[in-house]
Amino acid sequence: MLSIDRSIVEAIVAHARRDHPDEACGVVAGPAGSDTPTRHIPMDNAARSMTFYEFDSMEQLRLWREMDDRDEEPVVIYHSHTATEAYPSRTDVSFAGEPGAHYLLVSTRESDTEEIRSFRIVDGVVTEEPVRIVDAAVDPHAVQSYMFGQSPATVDYECSGR
Amino acid sequence: MFRPLTFSAVHFPSVTEAHPIKEHDTMAIEVRIPTILRSYTGGAKVVEGAGDTLGDLLTDLDSRHAGLRARLVTDAGALHRFVNVYVNDEDVRFLGALDAKLNDGDSVTILPAVAGGAFGFAAAAAISQHRAAAAAISQHRAAAAAISQHRAAAAAISQHRAAAAAVAPRGARSAVDAR
Repeated sequence: MLSIDRSIVEAIVAHARRDHPDEACGVVAGPAGSDTPTRHIPMDNAARSMTFYEFDSMEQLRLWREMDDRDEEPVVIYHSHTATEAYPSRTDVSFAGEPGAHYLLVSTRESDTEEIRSFRIVDGVVTEEPVRIVDAAVDPHAVQSYMFGQSPATVDYECSGR
Repeated sequence: MFRPLTFSAVHFPSVTEAHPIKEHDTMAIEVRIPTILRSYTGGAKVVEGAGDTLGDLLTDLDSRHAGLRARLVTDAGALHRFVNVYVNDEDVRFLGALDAKLNDGDSVTILPAVAGGAFGFAAAAAISQHRAAAAAISQHRAAAAAISQHRAAAAAISQHRAAAAAVAPRGARSAVDAR
């Protein structure tokens, strides 16, 4: 099961809406071993495509190093599907390279509702898991740091004022 | 000031002894292994290897971590589409991929490429096969080669200009620059 704070989900949805009809993608990092996503990092979709996403390789290197330095790991890796359901495609499965991550998919094909689903993808096997959206399950200071931003990479949220 | 010779003669050797020259520099490239490939390294996050190029390094690593190379290199002998490999701070796709030159002290980082998306048509099946990956890589290579040729040409032109400027009288310089 994925437990994730409501404010982070709202930030992910806002990112997906903002980039629609292109696919949006990003990471929610958390302390290593905690399985708790606390720090939302929206990433550029280097492919800038309605049907494909890809992290920019240099942006990814910087983020992965930063997570290493902070003793974090990518707890959630998310992306949007903008015209289809929130289920991993064959491409998603081929690429899934973080066996410890929750792969969160957001579908923005409906303009008024979002479909949000989470999966484990290990050795090509997709397993859906429940998503528990919680209010302030994480340290409130950690949530604040994401809302107001600690580094340029984490600032950009329309959601922070809502 | 008079210093007895014997003092420096005794003192000097002790300094060199304190900083012995390393003799085992053949394993001097640090390689960071992503979670998904640590089953090949006994769980190790960082391993060391040797090689003049990335291709050589991966062959060297495979001799101690059997199977690792096959996860990074396709049957066609190209770097896999699903991984990113960096030498220090650069993506090797822009350094000649498997031909990227390595030096002692370099740090190589391997990360799984994070990619995917809804495109689930014939292309999705194709991209999961090595041929498509090899094609993509060879395009990357061609692009990288084109860029380096372009750079070399630019360097040649600027050298030419510098030479022309050195030879040309002041009035002629603008004609050279205008080209």
